[in-house]
Amino acid sequence: MITKTQEPLIFEKSVSGRIGCNLPVADTPEVDLSEAVGPVRKEVVWPEIGELDMLRHFTNLSRINYGIEVGFYPLGSCTMKYNPKINERTAGLSGFTNTHPMQPEATAKGFLEVYASCMDILRELTGFDEITMQPVAGAHGEMTCLMIIKAYHESHGEGEKRKYVLCPDSAHGTNPASAARCGYDVKTIPTGADGNTDIAALKAMLNDEVAAFMVTNPSTLGLFEPNISEICRLVHEVGGQVFCDGANMNAMVGTTRPGDHGFDCMHLNLHKTFSTPHGGGGPGCGAIGLKSHLEPFIPGPAIKRGEDGEPYLDRNRPLSVGRVSGFFGQSLMAVRALTYLLAYGKQGMSAISRYSVLNANYVKARLKGVLPAAHDRPCMHECVLTAKEYKKLGVRALDLSKRLIDYGFHPPTNYFPLIVPEAFMIEPTETETKETLDKFCDALIAICEEARSEPDKLHDAPFTAIVGRLDEAAAVKNLDVRWTPASTADVAG
Amino acid sequence: MTRKIAFLAGHPAMTYVPHTEDDVRSMLATIGAMSIDDLFIEIPDDLKLKGELNIPDQMDEHQLLGHLRMLSERNLDLSRVACFLGAGMYDRYIPASIGAVISRGEFLTSYTPYQPEVSQGYLQTIYEFQTGIAELYGCEIANASMYDGPTSLAEAAIMGASLQKSNRIAVSACVHPHYREVIHTYCWALGMEVVEMPERDGATDWNAEIGEVGAVVAQYPNFFGVIEDLKAVREAADPAGAKMVVSADPTACGILPPPGSFGADIVTGEGQPLGIPMGFGGPVLGLFACKREYARFIPGRIVGRAKDAQGRLGYTMTLRTREQDIRREKATSNICTNEALMALASTVYMAAVGKNGIRSVAESSVRNAQYTIDQLEKAGAKRKYPNQKVFCEFVVDLGRPAGPVRDALLDRGVLAGLPLGEVDPRRENELLVAVTEVRTKEQIDSFATAMKEVLAR
Amino acid sequence: MAVPGDLKYTKSHEWVRVDGDVATIGITDHAQSELGDVVFVDLPTPGRMLSAGDSFGTVESVKTVSDLYSPVGGEVTEVNETLGARPEQVNEAPYEGGWLVRVRMADDGELGGLMDANAYESTLEG
Repeated sequence: MITKTQEPLIFEKSVSGRIGCNLPVADTPEVDLSEAVGPVRKEVVWPEIGELDMLRHFTNLSRINYGIEVGFYPLGSCTMKYNPKINERTAGLSGFTNTHPMQPEATAKGFLEVYASCMDILRELTGFDEITMQPVAGAHGEMTCLMIIKAYHESHGEGEKRKYVLCPDSAHGTNPASAARCGYDVKTIPTGADGNTDIAALKAMLNDEVAAFMVTNPSTLGLFEPNISEICRLVHEVGGQVFCDGANMNAMVGTTRPGDHGFDCMHLNLHKTFSTPHGGGGPGCGAIGLKSHLEPFIPGPAIKRGEDGEPYLDRNRPLSVGRVSGFFGQSLMAVRALTYLLAYGKQGMSAISRYSVLNANYVKARLKGVLPAAHDRPCMHECVLTAKEYKKLGVRALDLSKRLIDYGFHPPTNYFPLIVPEAFMIEPTETETKETLDKFCDALIAICEEARSEPDKLHDAPFTAIVGRLDEAAAVKNLDVRWTPASTADVAG
Repeated sequence: MTRKIAFLAGHPAMTYVPHTEDDVRSMLATIGAMSIDDLFIEIPDDLKLKGELNIPDQMDEHQLLGHLRMLSERNLDLSRVACFLGAGMYDRYIPASIGAVISRGEFLTSYTPYQPEVSQGYLQTIYEFQTGIAELYGCEIANASMYDGPTSLAEAAIMGASLQKSNRIAVSACVHPHYREVIHTYCWALGMEVVEMPERDGATDWNAEIGEVGAVVAQYPNFFGVIEDLKAVREAADPAGAKMVVSADPTACGILPPPGSFGADIVTGEGQPLGIPMGFGGPVLGLFACKREYARFIPGRIVGRAKDAQGRLGYTMTLRTREQDIRREKATSNICTNEALMALASTVYMAAVGKNGIRSVAESSVRNAQYTIDQLEKAGAKRKYPNQKVFCEFVVDLGRPAGPVRDALLDRGVLAGLPLGEVDPRRENELLVAVTEVRTKEQIDSFATAMKEVLAR
Repeated sequence: MAVPGDLKYTKSHEWVRVDGDVATIGITDHAQSELGDVVFVDLPTPGRMLSAGDSFGTVESVKTVSDLYSPVGGEVTEVNETLGARPEQVNEAPYEGGWLVRVRMADDGELGGLMDANAYESTLEG
């Protein structure tokens, strides 16, 4: 019998006296607990369940969850590419997993080399002078870049004066949020009708109070910013720094380098571009690249190569912004990323950008008749389409997306970027075959036909999922974010 | 005349990119482009890479495994020694079932559950995680995870101060130095002031004068292993007009009264001991729990329960307007991606060890630690702060620099702990020792014997 | 969309009902419909002084947050406390039970800068 059914909560399966693991028990003498630690709590109400039933619980839950290994996952801006299995194997090696971040440095040379090798390759791919991998997620990397920029301005006695960070209206929400976390006020730069930064508007906002301009390139519209070098020059003219949001690095790997565009720093999402798995929303890995003038300010300790090429920990960082996370970063993710980088190597690296751009343009071309692109230009690794003509029929982009679930696909990103009405943002990645893209496009074409012939039907999609659309307003108003014994009774009643 | 289609020169066999020459030809025809190069026409020519990348050659799978194995063997694999090093990362037993669950592609290769209809499996595990962590910490609610212990604590301190509309935070000097550093970094960037509450006899002096602050920050047990008096923290926070923020070791909360029971407003922690390998410090797991009244101010994701039109129960991310993708510069935090997979590992840990297992792990740690204290004292190491109660970690004074002693013990197969001089030069002779449930009496005896030999030299 | 004739309106979709020197303020039927299900309303504490155009709070649906701008200046005398438990009143009765705040106007001349129903309705058509 293989049916997908809802699972009760693990707490609801608990039976007193069961346990799901043969745990080690101390063979040292017993002690009087109160004497040793003082007051002791009565119990921790965690579930009691046998090992087999525990595994079935999670296996059954996995079967009502969609991942890249289940099917096509064209979530724009997220780079849902194949996560090679060899990465999991190397990251699972005991010499990596059983390593403590505070063990003597001389006994962790392998990890320092993993980091240093990764940094060497990322330096070359991005065109920056320095890489640090201490930030543990993309947004964390953005914030670290802004901290470094802040420290840089402070070192020139301009910390007080430079109080603004500029972001385009198409920016990811993490950009303004990260700027706010560094005490900056955010000003928004409009995007022109052609999808590029409105340079006249930028010029009007540039002055010596600007700390930084945060640019996503290619933009969240999936378009390369052709004036990027000019933009960087203009910001530098007033003493500002230019940050590149590297969420879209996949379009550039081996083809063009942000460091050559004029950027001062950028963040990378190793879980996007370099295939460390997304894991349901993390762990990420937010390496950042910087030009040499920002190097003194990176988080310490810094991993450096000595003159003999051997990596070491440089703890003497007087100008550093300080630690941004507990230890060195997402070490096991660095192992996965290095494995991936070496799998492509110098011969294969540009295939990442070339084939991801090919796939995106193919999807854009195939869907042209039903979902036109927001901007009729060659796209990079993702295409932003608009479903605005269906809005008149009462069908929203979200309705089309939800219906895709019935056809076996994960929906793309909707309603982002905010400046495109009824946005439909599709990022196929380089690892998908033409056959998969064709099936996906065929499904969307069929759904757009449904939107014309029976628009009401789409409001109730999906029909085949384990649940339909949930009452999210009720979820906020009647907040239920944890189980209690009483809540089982409530739900049953 | 047929036009020549330009393929990427020398594109090697690469299983991750499945395109055949026929595919490329037909796709380009649909697009109306002559070559893949044509698709990059918007990138100015002078910005395009020319020539070869200066990076290593491509490796096949066999070579990759060999290369990475070689690097891994340049690390000391701590499963080959008796590890008494803790200081925030602990060598605890990881049930085999965890790896089996978190390596399932349905979980491993999914992303943030923006589409609840196809993410019910993950969303339910997060709801279970939130329940388990809230229970462990004695709090009303918990979020779906943060990056790690230090960043979670920094976010909590900032949230606490913001709730009090304050710009000052008081942090105990007995909080892990890396945690304090991260708090300083985050607060410096925001223009917030951090004051330190001094250490006295291995614990925090909660009576120290701190003036008005928005948050008082403690660690439980603290960096030196000492179980702080959380009642005193609450009593220090109230007159200062502050929220009480505690970073708590989750394993210790298997046996100690949880911070929530002392009225802590926000409780955070490092979730690594709950089924996650030390992995040279990452990825690990930030825990974050608090009172329900603060739900709208929490950083990060929260999963809630709701019904669909047919009355079926389901799970979805909720209170989304706090987050950066909606509220942008006014968001409660900039966090987006969190540590979902590590939270899943911890949820499996919670299910595997259960109510009795977490108690057993905590108790075994206490027994082993108490035995180690006795044996090390007999070996000539002097316990620091003997009047204080500890959970599984403690400080000994070796009467000589601890670094070389640690190194000498490592030659004898024992990683003795953290020489505190590495984080505080005034503590050169001190060693921080952690003892978990996986240490055996035999290992502890060998540790003591070796310590005696080294100290006798 | 209902646009009652006896109210004044702003471009940012607030309405004002005037009773002596007290202005009752809410958001329009159009605004609530664009927002979708309102789940939370953040309002100022009475006594706060506002200038015309000040943001005095936010209204939230599941996936949006909108700032509320005061059409007139003056002192907040009362807020609609019932929205704490039942924010959906903003959807159900935007001009009645879903009102947001009452302000004692400092200068009723500011009302002259607001739109009447016809003018507001024509902005919606555009």
